[in-house]
Amino acid sequence: MIEALDLSNFVERSEPGRAHITLAVEAVNCAGCIRKIENGLQKLPGIIDVRLNFTQRRVAVEWHDRETSAERIIAALKQIGYSAHPFAPERIAAEDKHETKGLLRCLAVAGFAAMNVMLLSVSLWAGNVSDMTQETRDLFHWLSALIALPAAAYAGQPFFKSAWRAIRTRQLNMDVPITVGVTLALALSLYETATHAIHAYFDSAIMLLFFLLCGRYLDQAMRQRTRRFAGNLASFKAEFAHRFGPRGELTRVPASVLQSNDIILVQPGEAVPADGMIMSGRSEVDQSLVTGETIPQPVVSGMTIYAGAINCSGALTIKVAAAGSSTLLQEIERLLLRATEAKSRTVRLADRAARLYAPVVHLTAAATALGWLLAGASFHDAVVTAVAVLIITCPCAIALAIPTVQMVGAGRLFRASIILNSGDVIERLASVDTVVFDKTGTLTLPEGVADVSSIDPDVLERAARLALSSHHPLATALARCARERIPYAGVVEESGSGVHGNIEGQEARLGSALFCGLAEPSPQTNATNGAASTIFFTHAGHVTAIPIRQRLRPDAPTVVRALMARSFDLIILSGDRSKAVEPAAKQLGITQWHAGLSPAEKIAAIENLKSGGRRVLMVGDGLNDAPALAAATVSLSPITAAQLTQARADALFLGEHLVPVWDAIAVSRRARSLMQQNLGLAIVYNALAVPIAVAGMVTPLIAAAAMSGSSILVTLNALRGRLGRRPDFVHETGSSPQAKVPIAEDVPKDLVLKDVAVTRDQLECVQ
Amino acid sequence: MNVLIYLVPMALLLGLTGLLGFMWTLRTNQYDDLDGAALRILPDDDIDAE
Repeated sequence: MIEALDLSNFVERSEPGRAHITLAVEAVNCAGCIRKIENGLQKLPGIIDVRLNFTQRRVAVEWHDRETSAERIIAALKQIGYSAHPFAPERIAAEDKHETKGLLRCLAVAGFAAMNVMLLSVSLWAGNVSDMTQETRDLFHWLSALIALPAAAYAGQPFFKSAWRAIRTRQLNMDVPITVGVTLALALSLYETATHAIHAYFDSAIMLLFFLLCGRYLDQAMRQRTRRFAGNLASFKAEFAHRFGPRGELTRVPASVLQSNDIILVQPGEAVPADGMIMSGRSEVDQSLVTGETIPQPVVSGMTIYAGAINCSGALTIKVAAAGSSTLLQEIERLLLRATEAKSRTVRLADRAARLYAPVVHLTAAATALGWLLAGASFHDAVVTAVAVLIITCPCAIALAIPTVQMVGAGRLFRASIILNSGDVIERLASVDTVVFDKTGTLTLPEGVADVSSIDPDVLERAARLALSSHHPLATALARCARERIPYAGVVEESGSGVHGNIEGQEARLGSALFCGLAEPSPQTNATNGAASTIFFTHAGHVTAIPIRQRLRPDAPTVVRALMARSFDLIILSGDRSKAVEPAAKQLGITQWHAGLSPAEKIAAIENLKSGGRRVLMVGDGLNDAPALAAATVSLSPITAAQLTQARADALFLGEHLVPVWDAIAVSRRARSLMQQNLGLAIVYNALAVPIAVAGMVTPLIAAAAMSGSSILVTLNALRGRLGRRPDFVHETGSSPQAKVPIAEDVPKDLVLKDVAVTRDQLECVQ
Repeated sequence: MNVLIYLVPMALLLGLTGLLGFMWTLRTNQYDDLDGAALRILPDDDIDAE
């Protein structure tokens, strides 16, 4: 079928006759790629500009509208050897970029000011112990004020704004003591300068802002990097839909541009791109990504169908429904809303520290001023000492302590194929004591695999090669066993039943029992026999039943054993039938398992655990898992999960292994202990510095040395997270992750997870 | 101390030049593709073009 590809939604037209598109490109990993892509596209007629962004793996192309088109550009890239995917720049990404740039600008201003004020301050400190005259000191103080005041007003904005937002909602965050400290230090210094005093704290105030901005920028940069990577992955995975135009013609459009009431066609073997109602056609759909159910369900016109379901046999015409209009989705949305509200009540470590810290700091400062007044000091001296306390206790080290560890931890998880959706995930992951797994697609791989143990290799080879011509998921699983990957000539696919053709002069059929001439499936060959589905093959009058099983992730037993050895509670909550769940649970040695659960029951189970004081990590991929993921303390999803589910998960993992679950917990625990160490260091620093400040012995020199010293110390401690071996459980349990691969070891890996192999490669390149 | 009359403005001017330079690099998106910039110096096809 030849149909036009419509990419108009991705093309931007800034001025008439010129068009622009951004494409995410796969497998770009060397300098040669840059040249090949840019030169290759440059040769096309009508191209104005091509620029490959190597860091983001995206290429931006601008061209004269009449001379070429986005489709031709993608085709040209394909010819050079790169697959490119249109990339819709989201609004969040643009805002994010704006924010990062703003922070970098503030950082530059603060850095410039800190350097120049320090230049003057060092001269002042030297002058104070030698022969500096009063006039020169005043001049230097005024110069410092001239630099520091405008710089602080500009560079302090992120903190001032955030503090104001917090105060308006009657809360305290770390930015409140920062704002109070910086403002008071600057105001006091200005007063001291005007009254010809010896000490001014301009350098402390501006240096404080510089260090804090460093922490804030690191935090932002980490989030931006993971988000960008996730954006590319989403565009690689983006599905296309066949949409009927007004005159009944079919066009291929990206699924993201479908609107309600569009009419689309879903061919056998394709995933349903949007929720909708079936208008015509009958088929079976594999809803494992939606409900966890592994046996294909029959559907007829008039029924509702969900995005992510795989169409198995017949072509379906679907009318796209508005988002959230179906009952299942409404139910899931409602559950999600409730679960998300409950989750936002958990408080981050940094905020918990801030809640304790801010009142303590402000009370200490007030007590210092009061104490000195009672002891008979002048009002001026009492205020100066109080401000010195505020400056020295400004949470410089604390504000750096957590973001730097988070960044190091996220980088480490990134190398272990885990992408975080937000920074505080690490803290929550570290606290986990119970791990809840979904079965389908989480403990097992998304694709089935043929159980070939009892089948003659020659028969299998013929069946597998015949299966190459079919779109049915069961046939696709079987086709992976084919050694010679060439389909037989003249094979016909009969929609809804199977494929038939001629092999070595004899009639061969592959498909349902009925299609292969069996009238009634016998109990042993029943399609719903235990965990397996069955596909039938006849050749030369001989019928073979080939069971297609769900395959456990290759390292699942090892990971499960390792988690159990560390006394984690493991539970399986599945939407699949208990007949399918039981063998998997038995094989893994997990005793607590529940089958046939609805999304609401999954949430109830998790909330029950949580109310028992458990901290739950939920690992799941189905649409039905989304509310449970949101309800759990923290959640992980494989990259193959349904889109809504991915958006709900706190972190995603790549690849066909389950070991990222272990890595996520291990790395996070190490990161949390570093965070606690850092907070401890900050407390020790305060315990040493505060008495000196309260005693009124803090000069600007001591303040500057103490502040930069503690900041550097916590940063170095955070960087220790990069050192050392990957926390590996293999050595602890004494077996390798490949120890027990359940069945069909000979399945070529690159075929099983083709797209994940590419993204793995990409992941390594991004590093 | 008369030397300060031109030393201090000079120091500030130098710092300010650096700051403006940084702002310029930021405005012209020079930090968008740091890895690419490192790789772009490797191919020497521009020598053939001469």
